[in-house]
Amino acid sequence: MKGLNALLVTAALLASTTFTQAADLEVTHWWTSGGEAAAVRVFADAVNNSGHTWVDSAIAGGDNARPVIISRISGGDPMQATQLNTGRDAEDLIRAGLMTDLTEVAEKEGWADIIRPAKLLDSCRYEGRIYCVPVNIHSFQWMWLNRKVYEQNGLAVPTNWSEFVQSAPTLRDKGITPLAVGGEPWQLSGMSGVFQVAVGGVDLYRKIKAQKSVEAASGPEMRKVFQAFADARDLGDNGHVGRAWNNATSMVITGKAAAQIMGDWAQGEFSMAEQVAGKDYDCLPGLGMNPVLDTGGDSFFFPKPVGDQPDVVKAQLEMASLLVSKAVQVDFNLKKGSLPVRGDVDLNAANSCMKKGIAILSDPENILPATEQSFSSDTQGQLEDLWVEFFNAPEMTVDEAQARYAQIIEFAD
Amino acid sequence: MSTLKRSNPLFRNLNAKIAALPMIATTLVVFLGCSIWTVVYSFTKSRSLPLNDFVGLMQYERLFRTSRWLISLENIVIYGVFALVFSFVVGFVLAALIDQKIRFESTFRTIFLYPFALSFIVTGVVWQWILNPTMGLQASIRSMGWESFTFDLIAGRDTVIYALLIAGLWQGTGFVMVLMLAGIRSTDDEIWKAARIDGIPTWKTYLFIVIPMMRGVIMTTLVIVAAGIVKLYDLVVAMTQGGPGISSEVPAKYVYDFMFARGNLGQGLAASTVMLTTVLIIIIPWAYLEYGRKKKG
Amino acid sequence: MTSELLHDQQKPRTYSFDARPHEPAGAKPAKRLSPARIMIYSLLFVATLYYLLPLYVMVMTSLKGLPEIRLGNIFSPPMKLTFAPWVKAWDGACTGLYCEGLKVGFWNSIKITVPSTIVSIAVASVNGYALTNWKFKGSEVFFAILIFGSFIPYQVMLFPLVIITRELGIFGSLSGIVFIHTIFGMPILTLLFRNYFMSLPPELFKAARVDGAGFWRIFLVILVPMSLPIFAVALILQVTGIWNDFLFGLVFAGLKNFPMTVQLNNIVNATQGVKEYNVNMAAALLTGLVPLSIYFISGKLFVRGIAAGAVKG
Repeated sequence: MKGLNALLVTAALLASTTFTQAADLEVTHWWTSGGEAAAVRVFADAVNNSGHTWVDSAIAGGDNARPVIISRISGGDPMQATQLNTGRDAEDLIRAGLMTDLTEVAEKEGWADIIRPAKLLDSCRYEGRIYCVPVNIHSFQWMWLNRKVYEQNGLAVPTNWSEFVQSAPTLRDKGITPLAVGGEPWQLSGMSGVFQVAVGGVDLYRKIKAQKSVEAASGPEMRKVFQAFADARDLGDNGHVGRAWNNATSMVITGKAAAQIMGDWAQGEFSMAEQVAGKDYDCLPGLGMNPVLDTGGDSFFFPKPVGDQPDVVKAQLEMASLLVSKAVQVDFNLKKGSLPVRGDVDLNAANSCMKKGIAILSDPENILPATEQSFSSDTQGQLEDLWVEFFNAPEMTVDEAQARYAQIIEFAD
Repeated sequence: MSTLKRSNPLFRNLNAKIAALPMIATTLVVFLGCSIWTVVYSFTKSRSLPLNDFVGLMQYERLFRTSRWLISLENIVIYGVFALVFSFVVGFVLAALIDQKIRFESTFRTIFLYPFALSFIVTGVVWQWILNPTMGLQASIRSMGWESFTFDLIAGRDTVIYALLIAGLWQGTGFVMVLMLAGIRSTDDEIWKAARIDGIPTWKTYLFIVIPMMRGVIMTTLVIVAAGIVKLYDLVVAMTQGGPGISSEVPAKYVYDFMFARGNLGQGLAASTVMLTTVLIIIIPWAYLEYGRKKKG
Repeated sequence: MTSELLHDQQKPRTYSFDARPHEPAGAKPAKRLSPARIMIYSLLFVATLYYLLPLYVMVMTSLKGLPEIRLGNIFSPPMKLTFAPWVKAWDGACTGLYCEGLKVGFWNSIKITVPSTIVSIAVASVNGYALTNWKFKGSEVFFAILIFGSFIPYQVMLFPLVIITRELGIFGSLSGIVFIHTIFGMPILTLLFRNYFMSLPPELFKAARVDGAGFWRIFLVILVPMSLPIFAVALILQVTGIWNDFLFGLVFAGLKNFPMTVQLNNIVNATQGVKEYNVNMAAALLTGLVPLSIYFISGKLFVRGIAAGAVKG
């Protein structure tokens, strides 16, 4: 508790010397691991230096945190700020008038101009008003390859998905699992999004995710995606049940498997194992077929305080503006391993894979909305169930799966 | 019996009622209240927050069209039957073994009970490793030279439920054993002396004399085990996440996923209502039997 | 009063078994190495293997470094022994902003567990007693609803309970969390006590009534000492449940009272960061120590033939 006490004392001193209405800001989030904690520290320091006090309430696991966050906000005991996924998690809470309106700051600072991709801010917008602030970009569109596995077996390191599939039988003969697959449902639904771009193409992705086009969902391009996904069944091993994503990553690092399709956070595992990008491992955005990125990530919301507390609201607005400020963005994202939400910052310290990501993001054409921005969590859940069932049920035909897919898209919200 | 007439019935009732007041309040407000709340909002299309937006049976229609829910129901029946039988058999046998005036009784009891104390988020991971064919028992035994050894329950869609069972029993049977032990220990020493004199074998004494005397504890255990089965959730999340595919999904997981992760309160509560109705269908005849007995007695 | 009880006890029991004239039982035959004993110990040994295998994996994992864990051989003992994960779990693991390990929440967990266990067991044992010996009209109906309540998934009750505790003014406080644990413990514990008290010889209760003992006196002086094994079971159940709970602690206990399990969950449940399995295992084992010691200590309460002993002694 020493750290906390010191913090409180400093904060109390700051509060008493400056006469601004310093407020305690309790912040809930689910960034609890070592690297994540270091990133949160950047935010907390920024808030504390501004005279307010960051009171940390970390709850690991979005599924654990969400019930607590929602029940406390709706139960009338709101925290002053909370992390949620960029997307539509908080729609109901906004509609119920439980979130502080940030439009005033957003307009003053011109968020619409500095935040890129612009889509990101759209998911914070409800009836024209801004209710959240995006803080980082994570993308699922990556494949990670162990170079040594290929080199030691006399194979060229694949540069795209087709080459990877061709090399798979040779790897299999050598006792190496070509594709490390995990068992958590989100891993499979995330993988489906990657295939949708790589195999189906950017147009297909946009038509389905942005326009919810049933025609595209039941068309030939989408059929190819399902076919590729079905083929991927044979590339994995039978130990994937319940396997955590990072255990799958370990398989790639240790050479038991050749590759994994996983978001950019997988890079943390590689660097923990002292692997060097380009030497020990390779990263292929968009499976090397369509190098684009989707833009998921995290946002902060500011629940409205109970009763009339203008001081708190003012502090919330100040905090929101701090989170997107340049220095904080750079510092935070380097520690988090994610990409900043604004393009006008300098990220020299990034490694080669991150730089690939930044280069891709510099062209707005390369930016795709993430699934969580396109669909409600309910629709996402239905899609997830379908992909997971399809991947594990060899008797389920491509046509059957696609028909169900089209139906979900038809009723998607 | 005549003694009861002497006491003031009003006073007697009053005292017991005061003592039972917290229970009465909890029953009415919390358990009855929450059940009604659940049923009412299952007819709405509430998303993240409860809304009074009634849509009739829509949530139920969707529920029974969803293959995941149907698989969940099937799974819980299979799991439930096996878990009930094995919990009782293993729990009782362990308790009876421990009851044999063995040395280090406390140590054995603690060993069988410790899984109950550990966070399932972590022990579930350990079981998943052990049962995983590529890194667990199968891999280890194969590397020792027995190449054809196969132990991959967790990887099969039809067998994964038994993998859950192995871990579930590991966690829960210790507590059943403790309950059974409390029941066995509450029976009188005299019984044993008498049985020994009559030359009744130990196993017969347990089976035909001790068990019938443990009716109370057995009923308690039945409810605890059954409630645990209905609420089965942590184990699945920690071990399989419902996989492979959706083949180890269970109803409670469906409820929580929809209530929170998927922000569809109406759908989650509809599933919950179906679960609670099923429980009621089982409990009502049982309660009826209980009362019937009391009135006769 | 005890004399009355004594007489009552000596009467033929309600047991179906017909007790023959008592003879001195003598010391239990010391069948140390008889085939039956060997059988008993071998069965216990096999069971022990099943129960200890995961513990073995946990302990081994907690003593390895991360690179060794990544190799994925879960049964092999550590090549390079390290206790750093244990130190880190207790003292340095990060949960969000603060990297102070599990120790932060330890006292909060004690503060929550002790009163919650005592209050919930006290309330439920009195419930069970009232339902057994002091039935009133409708008492069975309340009991049936209570049993039904044990089947309602906790999470379903989250929203209504937030509203109830808020209205009572105890949301986000220590009293709030004690209240919640008392409510959730009530169905199973009441059932536990009621069914146990039912199985005790009713003559005891009647004799005490004849002696003019009142509601509380009968409970405290006669029933409680006779029911030590079931109190042990209740203690085991509650300490485990309350100590390991984190959802309710998180929602109802308030920021100042976050229990240790919040830290445990934060350490083991991080989704996108690097998973330190060795620290996770050490943290889980450390957290389990408190219930584990309760299991060991409560063993003393599992005494045979309390009923007879209490009366005769």
